[in-house]
Amino acid sequence: MTAPQHSPHAHDGGSVGRVMAQVMLALTPVTLWGFYLFGWPAIWMWLITVGSAMLFELACLRLGGGGRATLGDGSAALAGWLLALTLPPWSPWWIAVIGSFVAICIAKHAYGGLGQNPFNPAMVARVALLISFPLEMTQWVAPAPMFSGLGPDPVAALERLLFSTPIPDALTSATLLGQVKAEASRGVDLLASLPALGAGVSDGVGHHAGSLGETGSWLILGGGLFLVYRGVIGWLVPVALVTGLAVPAAIAHAIDPAHHLSALHQVFAGAALLGAVFIATDPVSSPASAVGKLIYGLAIGFLTWVIRSFAGFPEGLAFAVLLMNACVPIIDRFTRPRIYGHGATAGRGA
Amino acid sequence: MSTYRKILREGLWDNNMIASQLLAMCPAMAVTATATNGLGMGLATTAVLVASNTLVSSIRHLVPSAVRIPIFIVLIASLVTLVDLALNAWLHELYKVLGLFIALIVVNCGILGRAESFASRSSVPRAALDGLAMGLGFTLAMVAIGAVREVIGSGSLFAQAQLLLGPAFGFLELRLFDGGALLMVLPPGGFLVLGGLLAAKRALEGARRRRGVVVAQSA
Repeated sequence: MTAPQHSPHAHDGGSVGRVMAQVMLALTPVTLWGFYLFGWPAIWMWLITVGSAMLFELACLRLGGGGRATLGDGSAALAGWLLALTLPPWSPWWIAVIGSFVAICIAKHAYGGLGQNPFNPAMVARVALLISFPLEMTQWVAPAPMFSGLGPDPVAALERLLFSTPIPDALTSATLLGQVKAEASRGVDLLASLPALGAGVSDGVGHHAGSLGETGSWLILGGGLFLVYRGVIGWLVPVALVTGLAVPAAIAHAIDPAHHLSALHQVFAGAALLGAVFIATDPVSSPASAVGKLIYGLAIGFLTWVIRSFAGFPEGLAFAVLLMNACVPIIDRFTRPRIYGHGATAGRGA
Repeated sequence: MSTYRKILREGLWDNNMIASQLLAMCPAMAVTATATNGLGMGLATTAVLVASNTLVSSIRHLVPSAVRIPIFIVLIASLVTLVDLALNAWLHELYKVLGLFIALIVVNCGILGRAESFASRSSVPRAALDGLAMGLGFTLAMVAIGAVREVIGSGSLFAQAQLLLGPAFGFLELRLFDGGALLMVLPPGGFLVLGGLLAAKRALEGARRRRGVVVAQSA
């Protein structure tokens, strides 16, 4: 448990750079799996997102008059990396660059840089992109694994990225959540549409359309276990988030299976697991105390379910995270741990 | 510097209603999705501001200070109603766009602020000039915010300008590119651009002050 305890405190010699490196290590398997599934366009997109994020970080540090150099600690690269995992794998280059700009220059440095941002930079960027470019941000492709000959070769992929040539119709696809929303709006209920859609999702392997970070659920879970084991993140937020999502989903599915996805689908589809492990556990924008983390995780999960089920957008995790980011100061205020020797019970003893 | 030049300078830049006083935030956020809307709103507000400053200044010796605020409000409300009816009659298309916000000029704290802090203690010509300068400064900031939001948000500049200014000004309308970041047209864009505007103004003034310091030291 990483809740603040009273003193004495010991320093384990860690640094921001070391934490970031371990998170990146945990992200590597799922990223590589995504590269394999979606081929060269995804690799170029990832490179551009991470590279431009680091360039913007450098520019902001220069503008800010030097100060503490946070370029080398990998925080900007990680923000870009997380953003890349939430974008459609075949996004054009300018989506990646604008996303990095929003994440680094607006969501991070306008608030004062590393450790000062109230909102998760990657999620701010994703929401800004989704609202600004709804068409490009919902251009999903079916997996076209490397070496299968389905996707473009490296040069063709780079060309596609730079000149935004349209995606061949044979490869376009829809995500499970997007498809469910579309079918529901046409009046087709889940009992009729799900067998065709849901097959590839509930096994968690990730042979389905989506962003890099919503495939390979087991690899994300593995990365999360590694981070918990290394003490980089606490287990409370991820568990609370998945509970907050799965419990209402299971209840709604039991009552009305024609209009609500099962808990399994809800957890394995979309960005739920990526968010639970890598986004909501961001130490800067999440609460400090154990009770606070519990409230925070449960609320993100529940809000995600509400937005997915009843709102206009098919996926709601990013919105839920931002909404709860805004609540963190209030949560922290009302779950402040008692100072040793002060407070309710201490007064009674005297 | 003469007083009149100082009044002009205060209104247009040093004490700009939006960029320095941070008053009139409601119209600055709500009707700046395009440069044309910003311009229309700015000009309507300028008209009200000049008239209200002039009237308030000319009756300043008659108004007991205990009831001055209600009197100012009634004055401003009557003027806004006039502008509202005039726009509805002569610029009906623009009126349909600005609609509700014209009536809301009455609660624009900038106007009451000028009546209270300047017009009620100045001579009529000065008050009128202050109204004009403040109004034009407001218009300038509104057009600036509107232009940035419109260019980034929808790839055009001064779209529908002929609704406001007549067909002769059709040349103002620019079509830069198709598409655009929808976010900038939506409410968050207003806040982002306003923040950028404030930062830019502070940076400019900071740079000028530093230059001034250098000059003073070398002199």
